[in-house]
Amino acid sequence: MSSPSLSSPAGSALAVRVANSAAARALTRVWLFVVLFAVWWFWSAGSKSLYFPPLSSILKALWTQWVTGPARAELSSSLEHLLVGYVIAGLAGIGLGALLWSARYLRDATSPYLYFLYVLPAPVLVPAAMTLFGIGFTMKVVLIAFAALWPTLLNTLDGMRGVDQVKLDTARVLGVSPAGRVFRVVMPAAAPQIVAGLRNSLQVAIILMVVSEWEASSDGIGYYIVNAQQSFDYVGMWSGIIVLALIGTVANLLFVAAENRVLHWHYGARAVEGNR
Amino acid sequence: MNEVRPEVTTAGPGQDGPAKDDTPVVSLRQVRKVYASAGGAKVALQDITFEVARGEFACVVGPSGAGKTTLLRTLAGLAQPTSGAALFEGAPLRSVPPGIGVVFQDYGRSLYPWLTVARNVDLPLRVRGVPRAERAHRVADVLASVGLADAGRSYPWQLSGGMQQRVAIARSLAYRPDLLLMDEPFASVDAQTRFELEDLILRVRQEFGVTVVFVTHDIDEAVYLADRVIAISRSPGVVTEVVDVTLARPRDQITTKADPAFARYREHLLGLVMNR
Repeated sequence: MSSPSLSSPAGSALAVRVANSAAARALTRVWLFVVLFAVWWFWSAGSKSLYFPPLSSILKALWTQWVTGPARAELSSSLEHLLVGYVIAGLAGIGLGALLWSARYLRDATSPYLYFLYVLPAPVLVPAAMTLFGIGFTMKVVLIAFAALWPTLLNTLDGMRGVDQVKLDTARVLGVSPAGRVFRVVMPAAAPQIVAGLRNSLQVAIILMVVSEWEASSDGIGYYIVNAQQSFDYVGMWSGIIVLALIGTVANLLFVAAENRVLHWHYGARAVEGNR
Repeated sequence: MNEVRPEVTTAGPGQDGPAKDDTPVVSLRQVRKVYASAGGAKVALQDITFEVARGEFACVVGPSGAGKTTLLRTLAGLAQPTSGAALFEGAPLRSVPPGIGVVFQDYGRSLYPWLTVARNVDLPLRVRGVPRAERAHRVADVLASVGLADAGRSYPWQLSGGMQQRVAIARSLAYRPDLLLMDEPFASVDAQTRFELEDLILRVRQEFGVTVVFVTHDIDEAVYLADRVIAISRSPGVVTEVVDVTLARPRDQITTKADPAFARYREHLLGLVMNR
């Protein structure tokens, strides 16, 4: 870090400092990755171990299997399950959350069971789902949607219950209809919590995507990993794990980008509050 | 404003435009409001009777705990009296009528942080189905009236407290209500801003020809603004006295407050409120 020099104009000194701090932040995030990558690369370079193949061959498999090769089909099949299941979970979570928020009786009647289902570890439902839906597309989507539903639903309900009464009174006074109040006031006011729920649901959905594929399945990344492991293709297994990590990372980046767009007002207002 | 309203005099009741129908805008008859609470029934309003004529500026003063907010919510149709009658333009208030605007004390809670200033002001017009072109025009007009012509694209949280309360005032005037209710609207801004906002409300009240009921605990503010001051006492909430304020208009922060008559009103009302 260069200390700001007295001779340079304040503006450019500030620019230098900002640039430096941005570079510093980027460096903070990157250096460990570089170190770990290098350690893995060189440590595994001459490895003859079946279980810990050289990183170079894993990366090669990543390219030949997942980018140009046959595993592309597993990738697209998994992503399809994930996308369909997650979208259903998100829409149903927000919709049912809003329904329970608006119908107090329904909420009181169902809340013990909601938490009962929420705490149930969804992977144990795989055998039941297989019995009911077979091992195809439907089973996976149902499992993902079911497991990912709860974080969004409960967060939506919680967020909506926390909406300031003054905001609702204001809407009534302004002549906003009951349905309009839900869409124009309650939804946006609860949006920060709904988004937190959706983020949680995304993680659950990714987990269930894999779990539903490795139990009994003939396609998907989970199936590929288990299959590779069982046929002693450890290079393939590791490449599948890296693909999963990459999917998680990309999904999270997309999510954060969408979140920053939708909730820019929330973060702006919070930053202003913090400065006061 | 496109629409020319009937003239509104600045004087008290009985001096309205000759052609105007003389149904009081607000009429409370022996209004009583009891809340059920953990420690038994709590009487918020014991027996409140008063009327507010068209074009009048009425201030309700009372110590905290006198039920001022309950009274205002009843006037707005947000709460129903336990017994007695609350009438708006001669009709019983069963819900919030479209011709009432409310400015709440806490602009931070009543403005919608996810909408820009212009969209906040636009909301009541939009839900009333005002055509888009006219909406833009009216939003710009009303924002100019409160001195915020250039703030439309900002978000409320980017503005100072006083400016935010101007936004709330603009929003409640945008749909040209007959009655504007204000619940300690200037209690959370600094003294200088408060004086500016008091003068602003006196000006827009004329410009928009709106009847105002203004709730405050500040005697000086009540005397400065009002045609009539309605003093209510601490629980049980009853009207102790209605005082006609005949100070000359237009009023001025310096000369009006230096008027010996101002001091006499002030002294009298202070005695009422402090129960001496």
